[in-house]
Amino acid sequence: MNIKRVKAIAKKELKHVLRDKVLLLLLLIFPAFLISFFGYAINFDVQNIKLSVYDADKSSLSREFTEGLTASEYFDLSVYMLSSEEADSVLEHKEAAAAIVIPEGFNADIRNGKNTGVQILIDGVDANTANIIKNYLEGYVNVFNTQAMKDITALKGIELKVPLNYSPVFWYNPDLSTTYFLVPGLISMILLITGVISVSLTFVKEKEKSTIDQINVSPVTNGELITGKILPYIALSLIDAVIVVVLGYILFDAVVQGSYLQLFLSTLVFLMSCISLGLFVSVIADSQQVAFTVGTFITLLPSFILSGFIFQIESMPKFIQIITNITPAKFYNVILRAIYIRGVGWENFWPQIVYLLIFSGIFLFLSVKITQKKRAL
Amino acid sequence: MNSIVADNLTKKFGSFTSVDSVSFSVKQGEIFGFLGANGAGKSTTIKMLCGLLEPTSGDAAVGGYSIKKEADKVKTVIGYMSQRFSLYNDLTVGENINFFGGVYGLYGNSLKERREWILDIANLRGKENTLTGSLPGGVKQRLALGTAVIHRPEIVFLDEPTSGVDPVSRRSFWELIHSLSEEGTTVFVTTHYLEEAEFCSNIILIDAGRLIAEGNSKFLKSNYITNKIFEIRSPGLIELLDSAKKLPFVEDVSIFGNSIHLMVTSEIEEADDLKNRLESITGIKLTGIEVIPPSLEDVFIHLLEGKK
Ligand SMILES: Nc1ncnc2c1ncn2[C@@H]1O[C@H](COP(=O)(O)OP(=O)(O)OP(=O)(O)O)[C@@H](O)[C@H]1O
Ligand SMILES: [Mg+2]
Repeated sequence: MNIKRVKAIAKKELKHVLRDKVLLLLLLIFPAFLISFFGYAINFDVQNIKLSVYDADKSSLSREFTEGLTASEYFDLSVYMLSSEEADSVLEHKEAAAAIVIPEGFNADIRNGKNTGVQILIDGVDANTANIIKNYLEGYVNVFNTQAMKDITALKGIELKVPLNYSPVFWYNPDLSTTYFLVPGLISMILLITGVISVSLTFVKEKEKSTIDQINVSPVTNGELITGKILPYIALSLIDAVIVVVLGYILFDAVVQGSYLQLFLSTLVFLMSCISLGLFVSVIADSQQVAFTVGTFITLLPSFILSGFIFQIESMPKFIQIITNITPAKFYNVILRAIYIRGVGWENFWPQIVYLLIFSGIFLFLSVKITQKKRAL
Repeated sequence: MNSIVADNLTKKFGSFTSVDSVSFSVKQGEIFGFLGANGAGKSTTIKMLCGLLEPTSGDAAVGGYSIKKEADKVKTVIGYMSQRFSLYNDLTVGENINFFGGVYGLYGNSLKERREWILDIANLRGKENTLTGSLPGGVKQRLALGTAVIHRPEIVFLDEPTSGVDPVSRRSFWELIHSLSEEGTTVFVTTHYLEEAEFCSNIILIDAGRLIAEGNSKFLKSNYITNKIFEIRSPGLIELLDSAKKLPFVEDVSIFGNSIHLMVTSEIEEADDLKNRLESITGIKLTGIEVIPPSLEDVFIHLLEGKK
């Protein structure tokens, strides 16, 4: 690797980028656009969920239970059912996203220290929302339980010290705010799209204009060429990442809990896989148009749908779960959430790092092999 | 001393043979003309010699290195100017020069010296900051030639450097090629302008991937043309051309500006004889006829027509 040659190439590439105002603007405005778009236009927060209730007990305690739920911003009472049989049809007709059936004797059982059950039905069509609703309700029931126990024992003149005070704090994402959850996901999506597309375009452009021939007859090696050409895009990608982090903080109070150094290093590893994917696209595509189309196709949708960014991978069918492995964004998302939200270190995501390295290796290898094949044709 | 020796160089794209067992040798410091019509296989040959394409079979030694086994070493002795303009249009003249200088490891004073030289030959002094894309065609080609030899290669390959360039610029471009050759650089140049072949010390002609003639201009003219060539003027030039093609005593005929060149079979010796025959058969009046020495163009037309 001759550093002087790499420098000459990087310098030239940087000039292309700086001179192409449209591309530059796109690369810098794209992240800002996405974060605002996802943050505001699409709000995945679970709020004002329609709740239907059948209260067979009609006691003060059962009313308290329902009111406690509907008083929160998360749930609105939409249907007051007259029998427990209605629950199915209410959910089916989308009149409510969840139905609660409080059995007769709810109050009496609790006062007598007996076990009682509340039946909760959740519309599971949207697995993601269902999951969040389930978490809310579980938390709520727990709080209610604790309170009820305290009240009962207090009536008997005993002050109850709860050994384990449960209050529903949602770990790693205390207010379950989707926007906060989205910031890491956005970073991976933006880096993947800009990385793959800009890298593939810059190489295909050299092919299309046959300027690549002029470089290929020189002593410049493939390694030098690739390194020199991608350096400016790595810098741009990192700037993009910084923009998202800063905007995430300004707009949504999203704070990086873990180590910035680990965030930086793992981002570099992820960028490597984006770049090798971009190289691969540039090798199989012969025009910028094809490269752009292929690049968009293999990054945009997978990083949106298959990466665990918006839809939970665990709640996908097994077959789709296997397919999700094709997008490096899935692995980077795990890393990002670990660093960003949980604030934990390497030991929690090294398998993902290894995967990204292997992924880069495979696509780099394929790119080189296909190029050699084409030359010998 | 030979700079390039091609030995049965062959390139196939699928079942199509683009270059078919071509062998030739190029002496050090000479201007070697590689001629052929569109699609004859000129670019494909050059790309193999530069290591951009692998030959399907055969080999060549460029600067003493095998293009098959020592492609990396070949790169150290050659310069290449591709058929398509391949400097960066969105970079300035100076940036292009600096980039290619950097690619060849030039820096500091040696880069500066070469930059000055290129600016001189391309007539771009004081225009370092002009965007390359905005330069006129002829200037672009000179700049491209300059950057192709920025590292003073022993051998330079020029693929149709003068195509699409106006005649004045073409002439000055050839002067530049000459000065390179005088400094000892071997120049391998392709063109489909047949008249440019006269500027070359040695020539090969290929057609459909096959080598069909080689030698210097004098040899080609005497060796491949034995019959007489007449230059004919007439008001009805096109009609005459069409009718003459079918005549048994006409070998080949082609249009040269406002006259036609007509090569006859050996039975015709005299201009008057030909004039009478043509006028009586075609009924078209000739205003002038004379025997001319064959030009290289006549040779090539004869060779290419003869193939068909
Ligand atoms: N990559 C390729 N795949 C298939 N066929 C090719 C390829 N490159 C060239 N050819 C074919 O090989 C033949 C020779 O092409 P080449 O470019 O060498 O011709 P040329 O003599 O340089 O012509 P021109 O004067 O048009 O530049 C052409 O018929 C061309 O279509
Ligand atoms: Mg060509």
